[in-house]
Amino acid sequence: MKRRNEILVSLITLIRKEIKRYLRIWVQTLVPPAVTMSLYFVIFGSLIGPRIGTMDGLDYIQFMIPGLIMMSVITNSYANVVSSFYSVKFQKSIEELLVSPMPNWAILVGFIMGGVSRGVLIGCIVFCVSLFFYPSFTIVNPLLTIIVLFLTAVLFSLMGFINAIFADSFDDISIIPTFVLTPLIYLGGVFYSINILPDIWRNISMANPMLYVVNTFREGMLGVSDVSIPFALAMIVFFIVMLTSACLFLLHRGVGTRQ
Amino acid sequence: MSQFALEITDLKKTYDSDVVALKGINLSVKEGDFFALLGPNGAGKSSTIGIIASLVTKSAGKVKIFDIDTDENFPEAKRLLGVVSQEINFNNFEKVIDIVTTQAGFYGIPLKDSKLKTELILKRLGLWEKRNEQARTLSGGFKRRLMIAKALIHEPKLLILDEPTAGVDIELRREMWEFLKEINAQGTTIILTTHYLEEAEQLCKNIAIIDHGELVENTSMKDLLSRLDVQGFVLDIDQSLDQAPSIPNFSISLEDSTTLNVVIKKDQSINHLFDQLSALGINVSSMRNKSNRLEEMFIEMVKKN
Repeated sequence: MKRRNEILVSLITLIRKEIKRYLRIWVQTLVPPAVTMSLYFVIFGSLIGPRIGTMDGLDYIQFMIPGLIMMSVITNSYANVVSSFYSVKFQKSIEELLVSPMPNWAILVGFIMGGVSRGVLIGCIVFCVSLFFYPSFTIVNPLLTIIVLFLTAVLFSLMGFINAIFADSFDDISIIPTFVLTPLIYLGGVFYSINILPDIWRNISMANPMLYVVNTFREGMLGVSDVSIPFALAMIVFFIVMLTSACLFLLHRGVGTRQ
Repeated sequence: MSQFALEITDLKKTYDSDVVALKGINLSVKEGDFFALLGPNGAGKSSTIGIIASLVTKSAGKVKIFDIDTDENFPEAKRLLGVVSQEINFNNFEKVIDIVTTQAGFYGIPLKDSKLKTELILKRLGLWEKRNEQARTLSGGFKRRLMIAKALIHEPKLLILDEPTAGVDIELRREMWEFLKEINAQGTTIILTTHYLEEAEQLCKNIAIIDHGELVENTSMKDLLSRLDVQGFVLDIDQSLDQAPSIPNFSISLEDSTTLNVVIKKDQSINHLFDQLSALGINVSSMRNKSNRLEEMFIEMVKKN
């Protein structure tokens, strides 16, 4: 019981530290997504959107809102964990954790929860911004929306953690977000339905994991999707389990953390 | 409870780069001891400390902290251990008070208690006035104190300090020595690595010397120093000399016209030297050790190895 309480205290300490970290630099972490997404809503939603017409039977700006929220959640949960964990490695303050009795799983959960909280907070901020541009927006399935929001933040926080474990320089933590994550997000159905693509590109798009995340979230918010929801949810959970196992294995072996 | 604070058996470490840092170290440190772990750069001191603190993975061997095998119950062993690393290892952009309170939290100390403990340790180390400053604004000496505060926040029974006074001015170094002596007297076992051999001689009761990943000496400080055959002294004299005076059985050389270097064997009397110098009309105004006694011994051992 005593050991369990100690672990709980250490976990809460780490989560609190992680949340304080990104709140302390809120101008760098919370404001930019709000500004960027406002620009997307102005340009693609209000200016170009009416010329596009409808997408899957919905106003274009309405169709775009879940995609842009997901884009913000994915990039911010990933960025939070990769930069935070790499920084503690770089500054050697990871030793503060390694010398303590905290188990590896608590270290992992602490960083992931930091990423999840930032991802979810940004998601809420972007949703609030979207209401300025489309005030009549209503969420069709709030439970599915919240579940997908949370699971997506967990999934991409885990990816950020693995990236940080293997990173040896600040370049290493920007390569994956720039050259892998961003293209996949943009081509993952944020701005369009894959039903408008020719068959070959639609089939290729089906291999993009972002498509499942974005469309499951869109199903929750708008009730429309290009993919099977049970399959997409199963895949998200499957990848969370796989990545969690990989992170724990790497921490246990001391890869990137212990000499 | 074991009488040993630390027991290391056949500890080996080979890094991925095939560098063999430890070739099978056996070492025991008694509870309550003030122990010096010395060795030249790259000898294996930091690897040994890293393994004890779980910052480095061992290749083979056993480590026990107060009889707790780190392979069997590392969390419990870590609770008894405090480590002050060689390099600064806190977030420089955090406030002093937050760094120490957070470290307490990592040891499972609830926030309310950790705030009280933090206040006590910061006051004790003269950091309380600086509690709301970002760590990056602290001087090198205060950063070292902060490292010690972090390591002591959970009141460990064994404290390991890896070169804690490196780059610290003499006044602060002496203050730190007093502080370490005080916590040792209160029952904390201390293991110290340092390049200042005067520090080890002043503070430590027992000593081990590592070189090339092997233990070349493990004994009491008194025993080690008693083995010193010769000592070098520097004598400042009143008058100017062209050549060193010749006194039978003493090796004397001229460092400059008013300074003599004298080598005295263990069985020789210093009084006899002074008598002879007086007879030659040479007055000695001051005298000091040529180098630290332990330093001479250390250099001799490392050379042999």
